[in-house]
Amino acid sequence: MAAISFSLSSFIGYKVVAFLLLVTVSLIAMFFDIAPVLLAAFISAMVWNYFFIPPRFTFAIQDSDNVILFSMYFIIALVNGALTFKIREVEKKENKKIEKENTLKLYNTLLNSLSHELRTPISTIIGATDTLQDVNNKLSADNKSELISEISKASLRLNRQVGNLLNMSRLESGFLQPKTDWCDVNELVYDVVNQLQDNLQGKKIDVKILENLPLVKLDYGLLEQVLFNLVHNATIYIPENGIITISVFINKDKKLLIVVEDNGNGFPEKEILHVFEKFYRLKNSKTGGTGLGLSIVKGFVEAMNGSVILENRKGGGAKFTVEIPAEITHLKDIENE
Amino acid sequence: MNNAIEILVIDDESQIRKLLNITLGSNDYKVKEAINAREGLLIAANHPPDLILLDLGLPDESGHVVLEKLREWYTKPIIILSVQSNEENIVKALDAGANDYLVKPFRTGELLARIRSLLRNHLTESESPIIKSNDLEIDLSLRIVKKNNEAIKLTATEYNLLALLIKNEGKVLTHQYLLRAIWGPSYINQSQYLRVYIAQLRKKIEDDLNKPLHIITESGIGYRFV
Repeated sequence: MAAISFSLSSFIGYKVVAFLLLVTVSLIAMFFDIAPVLLAAFISAMVWNYFFIPPRFTFAIQDSDNVILFSMYFIIALVNGALTFKIREVEKKENKKIEKENTLKLYNTLLNSLSHELRTPISTIIGATDTLQDVNNKLSADNKSELISEISKASLRLNRQVGNLLNMSRLESGFLQPKTDWCDVNELVYDVVNQLQDNLQGKKIDVKILENLPLVKLDYGLLEQVLFNLVHNATIYIPENGIITISVFINKDKKLLIVVEDNGNGFPEKEILHVFEKFYRLKNSKTGGTGLGLSIVKGFVEAMNGSVILENRKGGGAKFTVEIPAEITHLKDIENE
Repeated sequence: MNNAIEILVIDDESQIRKLLNITLGSNDYKVKEAINAREGLLIAANHPPDLILLDLGLPDESGHVVLEKLREWYTKPIIILSVQSNEENIVKALDAGANDYLVKPFRTGELLARIRSLLRNHLTESESPIIKSNDLEIDLSLRIVKKNNEAIKLTATEYNLLALLIKNEGKVLTHQYLLRAIWGPSYINQSQYLRVYIAQLRKKIEDDLNKPLHIITESGIGYRFV
């Protein structure tokens, strides 16, 4: 800035230069800490004195007007710097406050859904153990084993919720680094289906996988969780005897496509945009659920540079399409080694 | 029951110790408990148990360190119990000589199955060359694999892979370990070979390719033969 002013010094007076330098100091104050700002103000005063106030190229000032001008510049530059910095501080504080309020709101939603989602299984466990421990009870053997299996179910549910929370915090921390390795997607899909066996009782699952699907290089654990959450979600919301279809193929752009469809009621059009938001729950939806499952799906898919889209099928039902760019290798190349 | 099999549990959580004590005790194992690394190492040295269940998160010293110290002299099976489910931790423990791992919360049926299989392996090591596992039978001296008493054709690599897995029945073998052992050290990052051969092996030995009962995938870690 000083250099530009210097080159222009033949056209503009040294008093104009002072204003240009002041602007520079203000700009610096907008981006840097207090110490460099004051230093900049000080240097600018010196530069102005040395290069511009006649006689130029000395620190000496002859004219008494200029002495006053210089000291005024010196003070204004410092005050200007300090004030701009202060304003910035206040703004920062304001932003922080707003941020805090948002987090607080988020926490409240979280606590509400969590207290339901965690307390239900806990109540089941406490209630069931109380009944079982009661010395005077006349429980039949059937009822006893029923209670015990309820305890077991409740604990598994708790465990799943804790898993969801941990995944969420992994995403929030921003340190989610996919660890890619060659994956047999066929194996992965059936792995998830087998894990969800209990939830799929009374429902039909149809798996359509491209024959000779190549190996795909991606994070098995992340994709497994994505598919698990999508299918698990479907099992909760489709009616008895509903059908879930999982299709896997590689598209023209050599991206891995996984489509999970069901023949349930689908999602209200108005809310489709929100379903991937953290803690979002459909209006009129059944109680239960933390609104974390689908937001984890989105987070994980995006961590793998992919995308997930939700649409309603024409014939009714929801259709999730997960698209992930990934390196692929054809099995044939290896088999013929 | 003087000759009962002894299991040492090293875990700082009293609830877990109690659970294990009851579960293992009612399955005729004799249980010893240690509440921290120091005590665990002491008990193991004074009277070596037949198997050790080791928690990774101990108050005084990391379970990884305890594992290393134990492996300096202790050759019997060690199973890791841990709440840390990240793969790196598990692979690290397996590479340091743990025979198996279970992530808390674990199912007791699973734990008992792993203990049985490790103890069986340890007791029958270097005995007959024929190993049977349900419908499968493998003759290590003749290099023959039979399913339901019918010989199945395997390529040399397929056979080597299967034989290695079967010899370590019940134990998780990490991807790197398998690649190094079957294909050689320069292949340890070429996991695509392993994927393909596992898929081919499953086609030949599993009843339902999509519900494998013999070769189980431990996602992000390796494979286990059961």
